[in-house]
Amino acid sequence: METFVQVLIDGMLNGMVYALVAAGLCLIWGLMDVINFAHGEYLMVAMYVSYWLGFLLNVDPVVSVVAAGIFIFILGVLTYQLIIRYTIGKPGLVALLATFGLAIFLKNVCLNRFSPNFLILSGTWLGDKTLNLGNLIFSLPQVVAAFMALVVVGLIYALINTTRFGWAIQATALDRDAAELMGINTERIYLLVFGISGACVGIAGGIMPSYLAVHPEVGSMFGLIAFVCVAMGGFGSIPGAFLAGLLVGSVEALAGFYLAPVFKYIAVFGLYLAVVCLRPKGIFGW
Amino acid sequence: MKPMQRKALKKKDALWLGFVALLTLLPLAPAVAANSFHMHVVILILLFASMAQAWNIIGGYCGQVSFGHSVFFGIGAYGAGMAVVTYGGMPWPGILVGVILAAAVAVVISYPCFKLSGHYFAIATFAIVEIFNRSFLVWDWIGGALGLDYPLVKEGLMNLMWYNTKTGYYYCALILFLTIFGTVRWLEGHRFGYYMRAVREGQETAESLGVNSTAVKLAALTALCGAFFAQYNLRVDTPMVVSLDMSMKFVLITVLGGAGTLVGPLLGAAVLIPLQEYTQAFWGGLGGGVDLIIFGLLIILMVVKQPGGMIGIFHAVQKGILKRKNAAKGESADGAP
Repeated sequence: METFVQVLIDGMLNGMVYALVAAGLCLIWGLMDVINFAHGEYLMVAMYVSYWLGFLLNVDPVVSVVAAGIFIFILGVLTYQLIIRYTIGKPGLVALLATFGLAIFLKNVCLNRFSPNFLILSGTWLGDKTLNLGNLIFSLPQVVAAFMALVVVGLIYALINTTRFGWAIQATALDRDAAELMGINTERIYLLVFGISGACVGIAGGIMPSYLAVHPEVGSMFGLIAFVCVAMGGFGSIPGAFLAGLLVGSVEALAGFYLAPVFKYIAVFGLYLAVVCLRPKGIFGW
Repeated sequence: MKPMQRKALKKKDALWLGFVALLTLLPLAPAVAANSFHMHVVILILLFASMAQAWNIIGGYCGQVSFGHSVFFGIGAYGAGMAVVTYGGMPWPGILVGVILAAAVAVVISYPCFKLSGHYFAIATFAIVEIFNRSFLVWDWIGGALGLDYPLVKEGLMNLMWYNTKTGYYYCALILFLTIFGTVRWLEGHRFGYYMRAVREGQETAESLGVNSTAVKLAALTALCGAFFAQYNLRVDTPMVVSLDMSMKFVLITVLGGAGTLVGPLLGAAVLIPLQEYTQAFWGGLGGGVDLIIFGLLIILMVVKQPGGMIGIFHAVQKGILKRKNAAKGESADGAP
């Protein structure tokens, strides 16, 4: 029983980070019905930012989170300005393929610059410290990452539901033309939301090097899992993505522990298929 | 009016016949025959155009964007590969088994998937590819992570293998290409073509109109392409055949060429495959993925600049020519009689 609880909570901690990555994707999907295929690659770039800040300037990932967030915010804004802007109003496939091209580009630029080697940041503050609660043992970096993810997802949710800016986002998502008529600068909303989505994944990627090796392929899996979380949660629903993130994290950990490590992603994707079989628009979809 | 139409139709048919004749004679052209790398590129163009065309039916005409086609492709490839490598026989029975299995898998997975729409459908197909990819990687009976390496056996049609020249492979690819393009051409003119366009507008009707059964047939054709790919590469491994990267190729080629059009997949393959092969040949040696950096940039550029596909450029040019012709003839030509 104790093992079960340990594995489950480990999975949930991981799941909160998935939820943060997914929240970023969810925002764009809900607002402009665009799937950003390069989302996982943003995460990878954020990890590199944090890694190099730690390696060259001795900045701890806990601090570089801010820098990574800002960096990916800018990357998101640039992506919108240079690519996504031209795909609005075109079939959904166009944006998806353009961002797929961007994903290939980012992945291979990192491969070219930083080699395909796994880079591990040693001597961080959190390092291999653990948090002991009775007989349960958690790795401190993961607990901090999960906590940070929880806070950021909460902030995003609050931003969307309680501020004027958030209401403007919702209005734009419902009906762009009507929002425009109400005096909302929808172009600016799109731009900022793309940036915020980047910042979410940037924060997630910023903290990760304290417990995960960095390499050019690291983002692909996170990106896929984020797609699954968003779709499982339901169209553009942040609470849905959060719940789905937790579910995916727990299923991944439990399947990895009780079946075999190779089965964990099979279980995760199987779970998605099972959920959409019962609810074709996701858990909170309508 | 009617004779005009028939004449136009005949002209189109004649164009196609000429094109097919050209393709049949292509291996005789000295520039192609002398350089086997060019031949290799032409074979890949035909193969990938066929694959993309099979995808085009569901993804382009019906608007159900599937990223799952590499599953069928992979099953076909493994069917041929296992017949030759594991059982040491001819590939033919394996190809047959692969095609049937792919169709069976299509039946099973299309049942839950066709209930979904839009991004939910697309992500479900992602999930299916990942499930297959990961199970194949650890399945020792089919070669696991090592993959299957072909032994060298006698060349010829019996073993579907050639070493000295690529002409044999070329004609096989051509037959594959003509079969799939012919099927789609026939479907387009058939009543089904209208159904398909109807489905693109409203997806709920898909099942009742028999899109499912078409999906199954095209899964079988995709498996056939996979089997050819295995025979041509003399190697099958999971990351190569059953992966999102392979699935993306189906989609990219079709969309670049023009989704939902007959010539689109061929145009897309004729642009993308040389791009991929020659960037790899010229810049692949630089190491560190320079070829893929350029490839990625070009994809972004093409998709953003020409979202309707290359076919859009052709239509624009055609319109331009028509306009100029009309202008030359005077006002009366483009107005009422």
